[in-house]
Amino acid sequence: MSNRALSGGRAASAPLMGHETEPTIFEMSVPGRSAYQLRTTGVPATALADLIPAAHLNGDVVNIAEVSERDLVAHFTRLSHRQFSVDLGMYPLGSCTMKYNPKFCDAVANDPGLNSVHPGSPAQLTQGWLELLATLEEKLCAVTGMAAATLQPAAGAAGELTGLLLMRAFHSANGDPRRRILIPDSAHGTNPASVTLGGYEVTTVPSNDRGLVDLEKLKASLGPDVAGIMLTNPNTLGLFEEEITEIAAAVHEVGGLLYYDGANLNAILGTVRPGDMGFDIVHMNLHKTFATPHGGGGPGAGPVAVSQRLVEFLPGPKATRLDDGTFAWVKPPRSIGRVHGWHGNAMVLARALAYIDVHGGDGLTRVAKYAVLNANWLRHRLHATLPAAYDRVCMHECVLTATPLKNAYGVRGLDVAKALLEEGFHSPTVYFPLIVEEALMFEPTETESLQTLEALAEAIERIAQRAIDDPDALHRAPQTTPVSRVDEARAARHLIPTEDAASR
Amino acid sequence: MADYLPHTPAEIDEMLAFLGMDSLEQLFAHIPPAVRLTQGLDLPEGMSEPDVAALFTNYTSANRAKASEMTCFAGAGVYDHEVPAVVKMLAGRSEFVTAYTPYQPEVAQGVLQAIFEYQTLIARLSGLPIPNASLYDAATGLVEALNMAHGATTRQKMVISSGVHPHWREVAKTFARGTGHEIVEVPLKDGVTDWGSVDATNAAAIVASYPNYLGVLEDMSEAKTLAVANDALFVVGADPVAAGVLKTAGQWGADIFVGEGQPFGTPLAYGGPFLGLFACTTEQTRRLPGRIVGETVDSNNRRSFVTTLRAREQDIRREKATSNVCTNQTLMAVTAAIQLGWLGTQGLREVATRCAQGAHYLFDELVKIDGVQAVSTQPFFREFAVHLGHDASAVLLTMANDGVLGGVSVAALTSGPDLSIEGDVNDVLLVTVTERRTKDEIDRYVEVLRKAVGQ
Repeated sequence: MSNRALSGGRAASAPLMGHETEPTIFEMSVPGRSAYQLRTTGVPATALADLIPAAHLNGDVVNIAEVSERDLVAHFTRLSHRQFSVDLGMYPLGSCTMKYNPKFCDAVANDPGLNSVHPGSPAQLTQGWLELLATLEEKLCAVTGMAAATLQPAAGAAGELTGLLLMRAFHSANGDPRRRILIPDSAHGTNPASVTLGGYEVTTVPSNDRGLVDLEKLKASLGPDVAGIMLTNPNTLGLFEEEITEIAAAVHEVGGLLYYDGANLNAILGTVRPGDMGFDIVHMNLHKTFATPHGGGGPGAGPVAVSQRLVEFLPGPKATRLDDGTFAWVKPPRSIGRVHGWHGNAMVLARALAYIDVHGGDGLTRVAKYAVLNANWLRHRLHATLPAAYDRVCMHECVLTATPLKNAYGVRGLDVAKALLEEGFHSPTVYFPLIVEEALMFEPTETESLQTLEALAEAIERIAQRAIDDPDALHRAPQTTPVSRVDEARAARHLIPTEDAASR
Repeated sequence: MADYLPHTPAEIDEMLAFLGMDSLEQLFAHIPPAVRLTQGLDLPEGMSEPDVAALFTNYTSANRAKASEMTCFAGAGVYDHEVPAVVKMLAGRSEFVTAYTPYQPEVAQGVLQAIFEYQTLIARLSGLPIPNASLYDAATGLVEALNMAHGATTRQKMVISSGVHPHWREVAKTFARGTGHEIVEVPLKDGVTDWGSVDATNAAAIVASYPNYLGVLEDMSEAKTLAVANDALFVVGADPVAAGVLKTAGQWGADIFVGEGQPFGTPLAYGGPFLGLFACTTEQTRRLPGRIVGETVDSNNRRSFVTTLRAREQDIRREKATSNVCTNQTLMAVTAAIQLGWLGTQGLREVATRCAQGAHYLFDELVKIDGVQAVSTQPFFREFAVHLGHDASAVLLTMANDGVLGGVSVAALTSGPDLSIEGDVNDVLLVTVTERRTKDEIDRYVEVLRKAVGQ
């Protein structure tokens, strides 16, 4: 490589002070110590026993923890130092889209003009929020090519289930809810779980030798009892389903609907829209495609957009732009009802709108193109070390396999993933999709530089060399991290979910 | 135009050359032309951050119901509690904010231990031993509780008090379209669930709220007895702040606790992201929805934490999973652990006590106003409902002109007829007081309401 600049995304220099464990906050607690300070209110301090009947009062004190503010800060700061994050370094978890989260989007959403607003306030007093939500809905529809959307689902899985309930409502309105949903064998696990909760049965459709839906087998699975199909395109192998129009036609032919799992929407922004591919229902993971931070496992947001014939069934009420330029909550005429306690993960929605506004149509298109460029560069760069499961042009992620290392040296995909932690990179997704042996799924995202991709490739090459030299050391990796491999079997066998279940 | 992409034109050329390509377009050449977008996205061009910030001031200025303009007396499950700088700053640390689900425990001990501490606190506050690592919000938490009850009993009938928040009940009804659960709502009389009016035979769950959404403290033992008599699980939706001074769900005999964790450090945030609290008895462990963190050791025998009982979860069990939850609300759970650490044992009791004191002080003053009548004669905790004799939505708008967010209109919470209110619902206002409200603010509330109802 001509460019000799060093990687901005490799975290191997992160300083960590030693190898002791962090005490729990309960272990640091000293009775009588406190940190809290409350407002001076002047409200009469009537004894609780005079306000509330004794039958309701708890005779016992619920112990929290009693720490000083200084110890509280030290404890959670040290915990934060025991945690990998996108801000620390590259996080190439396939399918999870751990791109850089612009700080601006957090800041703009955290404005008190948005985050100090009570969700039960009358619409007349929250016109700004209603306009923001209605605007976001319009822009998400522009991105996906759909007619309208609900912003309520709190995460992708909630969006999936919402989408299946929409399918059920649509088919029920036509007299028969139908029975089965088709899902490719490469699908995310949330898909089949959502299908069951939607009251449907799963029919699995096999992939062909190109890693795509087997069209003939799909056609053989279709029938009048099929409510629809759930697809992600590009699929979980990072490959574009090239026969999508044929798939859509076949499913529509039997009266079924097409559901688009938006986990991989970031690959096609500005290039293809799910609506133009024939999809009827689309969920989006705003915490993936639109870069809202994932919070260590949430919050996300999983809006669901639909084609015209499903609009009347959408969850509600929805923030709606009226003819006079004001906004009101309106429930679609045949709405399936609420799928969230309030209006969805509003602050996440605001961040996503800021991200869309900064990028614009041109910027979002570039996001997808550079994500695809990075994934293909990495796939090609690593083909001698970790070959791709399907070695041709991929989209935003590539599924590689450690099978050669396993066969030659007994080093498995998990070992490679763990050794990468010692190299200053987060692991890729391991052993998914299930149909690829020793799968290592890399999604570099568009925000990582060429230097970081090169550093990642060199780290993997060093690991491959270690596989030859000292495979046993790789089985023990990582050793430079706050803890080494943990005993997962013990955790499951003897469940200790709380401090009180631990015998200290 | 602005973006966060590092690629220089020279680097793009270099990368394409490495791939044997001469344009980015070639990367997409295998996509059928029939589905390609030819004109680009129908969106405005990108803008710089300061330009977008200026655009967003249109939204923030059009929100009148914000803290700088109105004193908040609205509750309905979402409360304006003190969130100190220390909690905001710790919870805002980017290591917590920009991490993913802790799939690699070696580099995720920070989030995993914070969740373990959160789980400990939720177990103590619920009085139940098996918490999970969080759900989306209380409403979707209730849905998971119903699914758990179905799994435990194989029955479909869910008997739910109308004292459960109307939105939670509506969400339960939405998801029942898929699971086929039969939702039976039990009416309130004088603000208290009339359990005697319902046939609970073959019920999977008996669901009560403590306090109920109108603020009333119901005696939970009747609901518990009904659950036991019918071999149903007893589900209690409880205000977690109340647990600072009142009996916990576990002490009332609950099999499952669900609650809204927003009061622990999360701002009003226009309704989300919030935090679904969930805990259950050990009998239900294998049916627990979502993630759970457990303690274990690493290969060097150091205490470590890891997500466990993974075999229940959707990515492994797929269509046989009892829940599809994957992403949850971890950051809010971490925030709750930090906020509770800041409050401590005494602080939580103090907050709960002050809420009750403020609410009772306001209640006593309000019912002195002619035409203002309590919806219930029963004891309440931190929130209460009153008939105003005037349309509550209209009164709220009038009060807003005086800088007071006077509460939540019950008619706006309920969609259509509801069994929680006897008589006219349109004049019912739900009012709360938190520890942040001073006596002067409360006195002013009374004056503003008096004016709004023409007295």
